[in-house]
Amino acid sequence: MSIRVTDACIGCGICLQQCPFGAIELKENMAVISDSCTLCGSCESVCPVQAIQIEREKQAAVNLRDYQDVWVFGEQRNGEINSVVYELIGEGRKLADKLGEQLCVALIGSQLSAAADDLLQYGVNKVYLVDEHELSVYNDESYTSVMVDLINSYQPSIILLGATTIGRSLGPRVAARIKTGLTADCTGLDIDQETQNLLQTRPAFGGNIMATIVCKNNRPQMATVRPRVMNAASPINGFQGKVQQHDFDTSELTMKTRVLEVIEEMTELIKIEEADIIVSGGRGVGTPGNFKLIADLAQALGGAVGASRAAVDNGWIPYAHQVGQTGKTVGPKIYIACGISGAVQHLVGMKSSDVIIAINKDPEAPIFNHATFGLVGDLNQIIPEMIKKIKQGRIKEAAATSE
Amino acid sequence: MKIVVCIKQVPDTTDVKINKETNTLIREGVKSIINPYDVYAIEEGLALKEIYGGSVTVISMGPPQVCEALKEAVSLGVDNVILISDRAFAGADSLATSYTLAKTIEKIGEVDLIITGKQAIDGDTAQVGPGIAEWLHIPHSTYIKAVEEITGEHIRVQRMIEGGYERIELDMPALITVVKEINEPRFPSIRGILRSREIEVPIWTANDLDVDETRIGLKGSPTQVVTIATPELGSKGEIFRGKAEEQVQKLFAALRERQIV
Amino acid sequence: MEYFFTEKQQIIRDLTRRIAEEKIAPVVKEFDETGAFPWEIVRTLAKSDLFRVFIPEDYDGLGGGVMEMAIVTEELSRICGGIALGYAATGLGSMPILLFGNEAQKKEYMTRVANGTVAAFALTEASAGSDASNMTTTATRDGDYYILNGVKQWITNGGEADIYTVIAMTDKKKGSRGATAFIVEKGTPGFTFGKKEDKMGIRASTTRELIFDNCRVHKDQILARPGMGYIVALRTLDRTRPGVGAQAVGIAQGALDACLKYTKEREQFGQPIANFQVIQHMLADMATQIEAARALVYATARMIDSGAEDISKESAMCKYFAGDVCMKVTTDAVQIFGGYGYMKEYPVEKMMRDAKITQIYEGTNQIQRNVVAQNLWKKNK
Repeated sequence: MSIRVTDACIGCGICLQQCPFGAIELKENMAVISDSCTLCGSCESVCPVQAIQIEREKQAAVNLRDYQDVWVFGEQRNGEINSVVYELIGEGRKLADKLGEQLCVALIGSQLSAAADDLLQYGVNKVYLVDEHELSVYNDESYTSVMVDLINSYQPSIILLGATTIGRSLGPRVAARIKTGLTADCTGLDIDQETQNLLQTRPAFGGNIMATIVCKNNRPQMATVRPRVMNAASPINGFQGKVQQHDFDTSELTMKTRVLEVIEEMTELIKIEEADIIVSGGRGVGTPGNFKLIADLAQALGGAVGASRAAVDNGWIPYAHQVGQTGKTVGPKIYIACGISGAVQHLVGMKSSDVIIAINKDPEAPIFNHATFGLVGDLNQIIPEMIKKIKQGRIKEAAATSE
Repeated sequence: MKIVVCIKQVPDTTDVKINKETNTLIREGVKSIINPYDVYAIEEGLALKEIYGGSVTVISMGPPQVCEALKEAVSLGVDNVILISDRAFAGADSLATSYTLAKTIEKIGEVDLIITGKQAIDGDTAQVGPGIAEWLHIPHSTYIKAVEEITGEHIRVQRMIEGGYERIELDMPALITVVKEINEPRFPSIRGILRSREIEVPIWTANDLDVDETRIGLKGSPTQVVTIATPELGSKGEIFRGKAEEQVQKLFAALRERQIV
Repeated sequence: MEYFFTEKQQIIRDLTRRIAEEKIAPVVKEFDETGAFPWEIVRTLAKSDLFRVFIPEDYDGLGGGVMEMAIVTEELSRICGGIALGYAATGLGSMPILLFGNEAQKKEYMTRVANGTVAAFALTEASAGSDASNMTTTATRDGDYYILNGVKQWITNGGEADIYTVIAMTDKKKGSRGATAFIVEKGTPGFTFGKKEDKMGIRASTTRELIFDNCRVHKDQILARPGMGYIVALRTLDRTRPGVGAQAVGIAQGALDACLKYTKEREQFGQPIANFQVIQHMLADMATQIEAARALVYATARMIDSGAEDISKESAMCKYFAGDVCMKVTTDAVQIFGGYGYMKEYPVEKMMRDAKITQIYEGTNQIQRNVVAQNLWKKNK
C-alpha cells in the first residue's frame, strides 16, 4: 500500500470526516486506512500534523520547461466557432498572463482562414491553423492525430477544451495517446504561484464536493471546461496576433471511422424528470399568455417547463408538465417556482430540488419557507429581467470583469 | 460476436447528503449502485447479443465489494463477469483506469465490441471509454443513441451531438459509449437472480494481467487530487425584496457565489 | 408481518414489486383510461420469468405453484388490479392443462405459457353465470373432430390470448356430466371474438365474447375425457380462487399504502390528518383486515400446493373474505381522501372500481358462501 499513517497521528479524526469513501477508522487513537481507500488524497490534504503520507512518483515524466503556452482547442462546426471557445479564450488569457506565456488557439478544419483571423481579435497571440479539406467534418480519429501532431510540434503547457460532445471525446483520446493528465468538466482554473501548475477545480459526487486537481509531472496539462461557466472574451482593439499555418499530411491517416451523415434535429422539449433546471408556473402566472414567460425563461436557462396543478387545470400547459402529488416528482439542480403558492401537494413533488428559487407577489406564501432564494414581487417584471440578464449577461459581464 | 461491457460501481449520488455542521459527506445509508449509464451499456450488449448472437462479458475495476455490481449484471442475463481488483490499481485516474481495462480486454482476447456508459455519475469524467479505445488502437465513438446495424466488418451508430446527430461507421473491433436514449434497460429475471446468488466472481489481479507497473494505480496517474472541499451552502431562505432589477441582480450574485451557475 | 417465504418466493416478491413500481405505476392511469391491453408489460413480466413461477421445471418453469402465482398477482394488483388480471387469467386459462392435460398437451402448452404466451378460460355464458350447468355452447362429434357452436361471454384475455380452455356440452342429456373441456387455439377457423366490453373497473384487462361458429377442434385437444368438463372447471377454479383473493389483497394493500402517504401530507385544522384518531382507527382496521385476508389466502395457497385434495371450502373462504375486505378497504380509502378521493386525479377511486369485481367473478361471493356452508354440513367440521 502506498498510503501510510505515521506516528505523528494525534487521532483527531478530521480525516475520517473528510474521506469520501469511508475508508478511515480510528483504532487506539490512530487513523487506520482500509482497503476501500482509493488514494484520492483528500485525507492527506486536511491532516493538521501531516501524519498521512502517500508515496508518489516524484519524477517528472517529461522536462516540464520544454512546454510553454496556454492553448485553447478551437472547436467549430461548419466553420462556426463554438461559443465555449470564447469563454476558454477569456479564461486562458488570465492563465497565460499569470504564467507570462502566450495564448494560442488550435484550429482544425477546412476553409477556416477567416475564422482564424477573427479569433485573433479576442486577444489571441497565435492561431495554429490546420486547414485541410479532409478535416471539414469532426472525426475522433483524424482530429486526434492532428491535435497530437500539433502538441508534439509546439509543446504547449496547458490545453483547454470545451466540455462539449466533441471536447469530451477528443480530449481523452489525445490525453491517452500523449499519456498525460486530463481533468474533465472544470468549473474553476487557476495557477499555483509556487509551482506554476494548473489548479483545476471540478465538482464530483453529483456536485456534492469540489475537487481541485493538478497534473504535476506530465505535460501538457489538459482540461475540459463546462460551457457557460467562464466569462467570454471580448474583442480587443488593435491586438496583434498571428495565424500560423501548420501542414498536416492527411494521406497518412488510416481512417477506421467514417461520418456518414450529419442530421440536424430539433431536440425535443426536455423531459422534466430529467431536467437539471425546471421553471414552473402556477396560478399566480395569471393568463395563458403570461405562461409564455415561463417557457421563455426555461429556454434561456436550457431547462424544462413545469407547472402546478392549478396551471394545468386552467389549460395553460399539458398535464405532462405537472409537478406534485398527482403529477411528477422532480429533483433538479435548480427549481424556479413562479406564482406557485407552495401547497403541500406541490411541495411533495419538488422539495428534493438542490436549489429552489421562488418568485411570488405574496411575501407570506408558504413556498418561501422552502425556498433557497425568494424574490417578492410581480413575476411579469422579474422574469423578463432575469431573461435579459441571462442573455446579455455573458458579454457584458465579460467586458466588465476584463477591464 | 464477443461483447465486453465495462461498468463501474458508484455511490448513488442522489442519496449523498451533506452534514451541515461538519460540512462533510454523509455516507451512512448511501447505496452502491451500478453507474446508471452503464446499465444502458449492459442492456445494449444483451440486446445486440439477442440479434447477432455471441456472448456478453461484463468487467469492472474496483475493490472486492464491486462483486455485488457484477452479480447484478449476472441477474440481468450476461454470460460472464470479471472483477479486476488489486491494491496496485488503487488511486488510478482515468488514464490509468483505461490502461488497466484495456489490458484486461486484451487478455480476454478477440473482442469485437466494447460498450461503456457515457460517463460515471461519481466522477462524470467520460474519459475512460475513449481512453480504452486509444490504448487498444481501435476506433471509438461517444454519446451513441442507436446502433443501426453490425456487419462482420463494421458497426453503424448514431451519435448525439448538439442540435442533432451523426451517423457514423466504425471498423470493428470498436468501442462505443452510450446515452440513455439508446434503450430501455430490462429488469433482472428470476433465473438470472438465482444464478447471480450462486456465481463465484472471478478476480483478476495485476499479476494476471500483462501490465506495465508504471502505468497502473497511483503511479500511472498523471492527475492528482490536491484538495477536496464541500461547497458552502448558506442557510435556507434568503429572501430578496425591492425593485425587480435589484432583486435579480442579488439573486445572480448569490447563485454565482455558491457556484450554482 | 413475517410470511415465511422461501428464498425463491422472496426473490419473486421483490422482483415483481420492483417491476410493478417502476414499470407499471407510471402507466396505470393511462391504461385505466384507454382500456388498452398492456402487451409491453406482459412481455416484461415474461422476460423476467414471472410466467414460469407456477409451472413445473419440466415445461420450462421454475417449479412453483398456487402460492407463487398468488405472490405475483398480489404484488401486481397492489399497483394495478387490471394489469394484474391479464397475468392471473393466464394462470386460470392454463390451470386446466396443468391439472388434466396429458404429457403432450402439457409439453406443448405449458412450455408456451412459461415463455409468456397468454391464456384464457371460457366457462361463462349469457345465461350461465352462477348456474354454470345452464350452458348452451355445444361440441358435436364428427369423426376425429368436434364441432363447436355457441358464444362464451365476459372472457378475460378474450382476443388477446393464444390458448383457450373452453367448456362445451358434448352430451346435453347427461346434464353436468355431459360437458367437455377443449384446448382451442386462437386462429382456429370458426373461432372469432365479439366486441370488447367497456367495464367499470379492471379496465386494463380485456373482456370479450368468444364466438364459435362450426369451429372444428381435434379430439386430441380434449382435456381429460369427454364428460369431465365440469370437473375440470370446478377443480380449476378451486385452485385459482386464491389468485382472486391475492388480487383483492393486493388492491387493498395499494389503497392502504396510498392512505398512509396521503394522511401524512394532507393538512386540516393546521395538522396532518394522520394525527386524528378517527383516521388512525380507520387505518388500523384496514391494515388488520388486509393481514387477515392475506393470511387466509397464503394458508390456502400453501395447503393446495402441499397436495391437499379437499380444498373447495378454504378456496371459497379466502376468495370471498379477501374480496369483501378489498371492497371495504378501498371504500374507506376513498372516504379518507374525502373529495379528492372521488376524483380520478387521485388513485383510490380506481382501486374502489377495481375492487368490486373481486366480489363478483370466479363465483360471486354469495355462491362462495354457499360452497362454504355446504362443506360445513357435509364434512361436519
